[in-house]
Amino acid sequence: MGVDRSAIVESESLEQEIEGLDALDVPFIEPERKLRVFWRAAWPKLAAVGFVLAAWQAIVWLGWRPVYVLPGPVRVFAEIGELMGTAKFWSAVATTLQRAAAGFGLAIGIGTLLGVAVSRSRILRRAFGSFITGLQSMPSIAWFPFAILVFKLSESAILFVVVLGASPSIANGLINGIDHIPPLLLRAGRVLGARGLASLWHVVLPAALPGYVAGLKQGWAFSWRSLMAGELLVIIESRPALGSQLQFARELSDAPALIALMIVILVIGILVDGLVFAAIEGRIRRRRGLVDEGA
Amino acid sequence: MEAVAQPESAAQPMAIRIRNVSQTYHEGHSSIQALDRVSLDVAQGSFVCLLGASGCGKSTLLNLIVGIYQVSSGTIDVGGRRVALMFQEPALFPWLTVQKNVEMGMRFRGVSAPERRSKALDLLRLVHLEAFAERRPHELSGGMRQRVAIARALSQEADVLLMDEPFGALDAMTRDVLHDEIEAICCRTGLTVLFVTHNVREAVRLGDRVVLLSSRPGRVVAEFPIDLPRPRSADSVPVTEMAAAITNRLREEVRRHGR
Repeated sequence: MGVDRSAIVESESLEQEIEGLDALDVPFIEPERKLRVFWRAAWPKLAAVGFVLAAWQAIVWLGWRPVYVLPGPVRVFAEIGELMGTAKFWSAVATTLQRAAAGFGLAIGIGTLLGVAVSRSRILRRAFGSFITGLQSMPSIAWFPFAILVFKLSESAILFVVVLGASPSIANGLINGIDHIPPLLLRAGRVLGARGLASLWHVVLPAALPGYVAGLKQGWAFSWRSLMAGELLVIIESRPALGSQLQFARELSDAPALIALMIVILVIGILVDGLVFAAIEGRIRRRRGLVDEGA
Repeated sequence: MEAVAQPESAAQPMAIRIRNVSQTYHEGHSSIQALDRVSLDVAQGSFVCLLGASGCGKSTLLNLIVGIYQVSSGTIDVGGRRVALMFQEPALFPWLTVQKNVEMGMRFRGVSAPERRSKALDLLRLVHLEAFAERRPHELSGGMRQRVAIARALSQEADVLLMDEPFGALDAMTRDVLHDEIEAICCRTGLTVLFVTHNVREAVRLGDRVVLLSSRPGRVVAEFPIDLPRPRSADSVPVTEMAAAITNRLREEVRRHGR
């Protein structure tokens, strides 16, 4: 071709046009004040808590059950305050959280490996795909008789059931996440030279992250539930735990302590979900532009 | 008309040689022939536009050249050149910043982190997006995302860039600006481009040569050298006239399918 192209340089006006279009397309948004953001998120929650407490108090005042069976919120919160002053309570919380961390951590490892393997191999998927979902729907408490038989009344029995309860959810979340990756992204990765492990690490797993986190969140819920069931059944003398304290409170008919412990268990579950998973999910959604800014 | 490309001047090396490539898809019991004995040469450093109506197998051809699909019949020779492919959609990774997106290909090639960074910033400067390096793709407009995709494709240091209707989804104004931009980039880098489009004026605006493909199956039916001086404007009279002539030929092709 006889066209001389060396004369073509970008004109200054082109540069200005591009900058103009870009500035129109991407407006600068002033970040909101932190306190206001916090308050806007917090007040409905506080209102909901207030509503529940009021309803509870109303039922107590109506005398539906005697006070030694169903104490009011004031009595129970006084009990929580008392509990929090004892070393035994904190050692119980520590034991339970340790077990939760160990069980959930192990479940993450197993569930992730399982999820990657099943999503990448057609044969493994045919073999184990529906099995994982079946396992997920099995109530974890149904595993305990077997676990106690095999592991006796030990930490291992609890760990076994917590891992079994949580890892199918984690594996399924990851499989789901990988299945829903837009094929175009995988092609883009391949065109850029992504192969094998590099592709898995830099393209497949990040693209599947939203589904994976949903699986982790559900896995956490399952492992917390399994753990509480386990601590009610597998009581180890030397190691006070939240679940076993709950069982003792029932045996002693100590209603305020029982409800106080239930609230502690609920609050820990909510805190982990709200502080850890909601934060991770929010971050992912914001980064990937999945939040409707106008809403 | 026989589907053989016009030989370009012998002195110019060819970046892509396509010889008698046919491709058939099988879907259940039916089969669709996407390409029929396509032969085409793309000279190094030239900008060739592939033009055709729907179903001419344009995208198939690009996927064959880049190696995503296997050639079932015929040969494609890029002489060991590195080939990059740009899609109709930007296909950026939404979890990465603009800069990290541009770095991705270099990461797979094992380029060190500091080198990646400086190279990515250079490329973003080339497409006038250095101010948006830390932004995420969803914060950008469609045209800006496609420019990031250009930078990402260029990061592969490819000798050949295949573009699959890259500006099809953009508004007219943005497209005009991107035409200027890609023309300037190609002239600066000496890149060989094979550009697929169904927009005749775009083909004439950009191409050194416009190759017309028939539809179902795709076959090369005509070639038009575009000897207009650069920089061109899509609205200029010579571009418009040339485009009108090619459009007539294209419509003839489409009519054959209408009965």
